[in-house]
Amino acid sequence: MSPTDEPTDGTDAATDLETAMTNGDTTMTDGGSEERMTDGGTVGSPFEVVSEYEETRMDRYSKYYDAYIRAPFAIIWRDWRARIGFTIVLFYLLMGTIGVEIVNPAQPLDGDSFIQPFNPNYTIQPWGIPEFSLGFWTYTGIWEFPLGTDRMGRDLFAQTVHATPAILKMITAGALFAVGTGTIIGAVAGYRGGWTDTVLSSITDVFINLPGFPLVMVLALLLDVTNPYLIGVLLSVAAWGGIARAIRSQVLTLRQENFVESARAMGVPRRRIVFKDIVPHLMPYVVINMTNTARRVIFEAAALYYLGILPFEDLNWGVVLNLAQSGGAYYRPEALHWFLVPMFAIIGISIGLILLGQSLDRVFNPRVRARHEKTTVDEDGDVGSEPSTGDMITGK
Amino acid sequence: MAQIDWRIRRLGQGVFTVLAVLTLSFVMIRMMPGNPMGAMVEQLRAQGINPVRARELVRIRMGTDPTKPLVPAYFEYMTNFFQGELGYSTFYQMPVATKLAQVMPWTLFVLSWGVFISFFTGMAVGAMMAYWEGGKLDVGFTTFAVLMGSIPFYVLAILLLVFTSYRWGWFPTGGKVRAGVDPGMNWPFIASMVRHATLPILSYLVASGIASLGMRGNSIRVLGEDYLRVARLRGLSDATISTQYVARNAVLPLYTTLLISIGEMFGGSVVLEQVFQYRGLGFAFYQALNQRDYAMMMGGFALITIVTVFALLLADLTYGYIDPRARGGKDESY
Repeated sequence: MSPTDEPTDGTDAATDLETAMTNGDTTMTDGGSEERMTDGGTVGSPFEVVSEYEETRMDRYSKYYDAYIRAPFAIIWRDWRARIGFTIVLFYLLMGTIGVEIVNPAQPLDGDSFIQPFNPNYTIQPWGIPEFSLGFWTYTGIWEFPLGTDRMGRDLFAQTVHATPAILKMITAGALFAVGTGTIIGAVAGYRGGWTDTVLSSITDVFINLPGFPLVMVLALLLDVTNPYLIGVLLSVAAWGGIARAIRSQVLTLRQENFVESARAMGVPRRRIVFKDIVPHLMPYVVINMTNTARRVIFEAAALYYLGILPFEDLNWGVVLNLAQSGGAYYRPEALHWFLVPMFAIIGISIGLILLGQSLDRVFNPRVRARHEKTTVDEDGDVGSEPSTGDMITGK
Repeated sequence: MAQIDWRIRRLGQGVFTVLAVLTLSFVMIRMMPGNPMGAMVEQLRAQGINPVRARELVRIRMGTDPTKPLVPAYFEYMTNFFQGELGYSTFYQMPVATKLAQVMPWTLFVLSWGVFISFFTGMAVGAMMAYWEGGKLDVGFTTFAVLMGSIPFYVLAILLLVFTSYRWGWFPTGGKVRAGVDPGMNWPFIASMVRHATLPILSYLVASGIASLGMRGNSIRVLGEDYLRVARLRGLSDATISTQYVARNAVLPLYTTLLISIGEMFGGSVVLEQVFQYRGLGFAFYQALNQRDYAMMMGGFALITIVTVFALLLADLTYGYIDPRARGGKDESY
């Protein structure tokens, strides 16, 4: 899409609004606009002009969708990092939802122990598709153990797939908790100021100072949790401090803006100002932090399972690392893939998240943006030939 | 509150954090599900030790009297802590403070070199990336940095151990020094120490990925500044510009990142020392955790907290001296 799309969209919205108003009874159903519609029968009267500035709820939603979902998505999609990141994360999501349905859980003695990955001697022919030949290539079935088996003959691929839902739950819970808490506390502290700020900032600082991982270890040992959502929250219990501090300092500058001042003058309730006017401006930052926290949760969760501190029921990636270590994967060359499979699972999803976070940072970070705007505007012209994300924003 | 010097306030925050952690550990020992202190008294009693003696033993081991009411016991615990009496480690069979003093230097040794090397690498790579921004080198190193950032340090540690130690035999597979070498300032001891510490130090290299991206961002920002153009117009040499203008301004903000990451790396040492069987602070902490050695566990946790708090405090207090722009004690109050 080109930068010129923006204005067209704007006019589209305007025409939509007009058509919606002319045949209002069919489209406008929400309560706020009813009154206006009933006495808006005289089409073309000068009173119509007034209502043009009034937004219906649908308009507002479509505007929000445009500003916060479609446009940023379109922008980041231009970045190769974002495309790869999205694809990887989507892959894990599919693995955790559909994959679990397709792949059978791993059982001991599924096959021999330590079958190597991609071993062509073990194949299955799913859905009864028989062997066939295409002349240059003969189909004999797909690998039965694509990623090999562990010492007890359990399929590592199935283990990896079935560990995904729990990990995804942890990530989601952890990221939402840390970012949610951090945003709320940071925004309130920054906006209210005074004693509220002093108290909230002190609490935040204590959490920033706490050594996160040892704290999580102690808590995990004491609380004995098995619910993946709770584990996610536990893992990010020390992670929200940094987010709260950053959000607070951004709110400190935002609260001086005109729109906040006018909202205050209009008597908009404080909670509304903070969460409807200020926080949406920080959304990009919040989203970036979410990917970072998610990565942190995976690292720490796998580490805790690897150390054997968290109790476990399923074979998740960290547990597999632990089993591989005690099973002698260090010195048995035939068992190396036992280590590698969970490692690749962990690294894969964190690459996805890091790329996603980085591309978001690239789009929203004003420093990087400023630099790119500068190079396209006055320094060397050839940079401008390739439309960068900076152009997209300047074009808006 | 208003006009207290921010340094004093910052110091107060640090002290407050340490106190909060100590309180937390006290509460945990006292009120933990399963009541470890009660269990310990019972256990000693079952061994045929009379109740009074058993309680006395528990008092020595945990640093607090199980029968005392909460508030006096709390003050006794805190007083003991600040006098260096952290209790008695049931697993290591020695006072916690002695054990901590034994293991601490090893962890610090690995950690300081790890931090130093990873940041040095990160800065060098970051500067190069910024200089050739958008070029092949930038893309290549960005990929490297992303990869480094995606690999948990313990995964790198395991891989290093599998290949360089078990497969190729370049490094020992674990431990701090070779058995039978007498400690002291002799060459075999130092050589063995360095050989054993190499892999843990290298594992910290993953932190260089993050550092390099930070350095890259900072340098790019500085490169876009107007004063750089002025410097060029004044005819300053490239060498002066790159060292005095770009490098200095770009490195300074990383100083805080460096000290903050010390705290994180301290936490990470628990995993790392377990992988390498490197008997430092993290290893002792993990053992205590596994053996339910509460006094040792809390002592180790408190020590890690104090070091982290100290590093962050140092970062905040000295930053003004290192970066003159931040001087003036504005803190972040706005």
